[in-house]
Amino acid sequence: MIPLAVLKPGGDAATALYIVSFSLFIIGLKQGTHPSTARRGNKIAAVGMAVAVVTTLLLDGMGNWGFIAIGLAIGGAVGAYASIRVKMTEMPQMVALYNGVGGGAVALIAWSEIRHGIHIGGAMPLEELIPTLLAGIIGSISFWGSNIAFAKLQDLIPTRPLAVPGQQIINAVLGIGVIVLAVIIAINNEPPSQFLFILILIAAAILGNLVVLPIGGADMPVVISMLNAFTGLSAAAAGFALDNVALIVAGTLVGSSGTILTMEMATAMNRSVANILFSGFGGAPAAVAGSGEQRPVTSIGAQDAAIKLAYADNVVIVPGYGLAVAQAQHAVKEMANQLEKRGVTVNYAIHPVAGRMPGHMNVLLAEADVPYENLKEMDEINPEMPRVDVAVVIGANDVTNPAAKNDPNSPIAGMPIIEVSEANEVIVIKRSLSTGFAGIDNDLFYEPNTSMLFADAKAAASEVAAEIENL
Amino acid sequence: MSLFTEFAIFVLAIFVGFEVISKVPTTLHTPLMSQTNAIHGIVMLGGLIVLGYAGDGLEYLIGTIAVAFGAINIVGGFLVTDRMLGMFAKKPKPKADADGKGGTGK
Repeated sequence: MIPLAVLKPGGDAATALYIVSFSLFIIGLKQGTHPSTARRGNKIAAVGMAVAVVTTLLLDGMGNWGFIAIGLAIGGAVGAYASIRVKMTEMPQMVALYNGVGGGAVALIAWSEIRHGIHIGGAMPLEELIPTLLAGIIGSISFWGSNIAFAKLQDLIPTRPLAVPGQQIINAVLGIGVIVLAVIIAINNEPPSQFLFILILIAAAILGNLVVLPIGGADMPVVISMLNAFTGLSAAAAGFALDNVALIVAGTLVGSSGTILTMEMATAMNRSVANILFSGFGGAPAAVAGSGEQRPVTSIGAQDAAIKLAYADNVVIVPGYGLAVAQAQHAVKEMANQLEKRGVTVNYAIHPVAGRMPGHMNVLLAEADVPYENLKEMDEINPEMPRVDVAVVIGANDVTNPAAKNDPNSPIAGMPIIEVSEANEVIVIKRSLSTGFAGIDNDLFYEPNTSMLFADAKAAASEVAAEIENL
Repeated sequence: MSLFTEFAIFVLAIFVGFEVISKVPTTLHTPLMSQTNAIHGIVMLGGLIVLGYAGDGLEYLIGTIAVAFGAINIVGGFLVTDRMLGMFAKKPKPKADADGKGGTGK
């Protein structure tokens, strides 16, 4: 890239190009509403990004080209490598990490802005200083919160809720402290204090850690969506600080997207976002449920399962995160193929929070060539359940637990579930009777029409497929 | 641009964002999220701008890391979204029909 410096920052030409850029983002997202156009939409958005980057490189005042080249080369290489190597099961971690680096970038930009303000000397205008402070705060929370979410999803730290005594009070003190520091900086803005700004970054970092640490694995889809919204908002704040319209619009679009997903996930769990963030899900009730009495279960082998399935007319597969962990999507598809050969109708019932991020299970099944039309959403499949001959639960747990409907004292009471117990028969493929993310016993396992097939999801699905073929 | 003009743009963008994104089906939520990761890479612009007026070692470092983070978002986000959407796109329709000769599907 040749330093041309042909565009004036904030000038008409640069602004016009930024408008082209964010229009392409909006068109790209709009195309994402259907699988047949989504891929093209993604490319359109990428073109929009290229326009935005080239425009910025042509601005007057660009410099330090060596450092720009280093940053682009390292970031581009890491991004490209990761995107090629990541397994579809690992998408939640990857998105968490991307949320994190996005927020981190914003926090660093805000820090740099503060230093720039100090170098210029005099009072930093509030219309620049306030968004800079917001960008630093939100960016730092997002960076550290996302790192914790990543570590949880990657099993680097326990996914169970980690409670710190006095959690709420500490969070409140940190939150108020951050705001107070920000106000102090804004009042004494000639020039703003870098020391206090760094304190803000640190306090926000601790807050990000403490907010995400106590959140259990079941709530990860909400956390990831929320951090996605946070990174978007932080970018918009940076846009205000830098007077950059592309940043404002793009950041706001991402913020809207994350907010919508957060609300949808919370609705799917029948809980408020505040409840998810501050309750430390599954911490206390787990101990009660874990000491539960021994109840009888029906255990079957692959051959019995194959017979039940092969002579059914209508089978629904309920996949959960266990399927993803076991990389069983291809084996399950093979089992479905064998059933379809015998004329059995096979559909897939996808709970909104199946997997660890919104829409995760759909991606995994798409990877295994399951047709888009066979993926049924919860509200679509539940009325059908009484007419289903066999429901096969593979690696799903809490989202099938009838206690959510029947037991008002259950920690998951009121959570919408896939009502598999309404089906004539249920086969649960699972390694043991252990609990899911919510840490509670699943009543489904002990119902009379439920059979447990204790095995690894992938091995069991392959075995059942082979048995069906041999029938 | 005045603060209030920017604020008007911000508010309008919120409405556009809600309008467009609420139409994305659940099935495509993961690709949507990784695509918004990529769009969030727009922060790289901020990294470039602050690097433009960086004056000491710390500022070079901060700016370079910000640019690298943004580039990870852009490159990684768009590529992985493309990879995922490719999986939704490849639908062997004729083959599915052949498999379903026994009265499969609705």
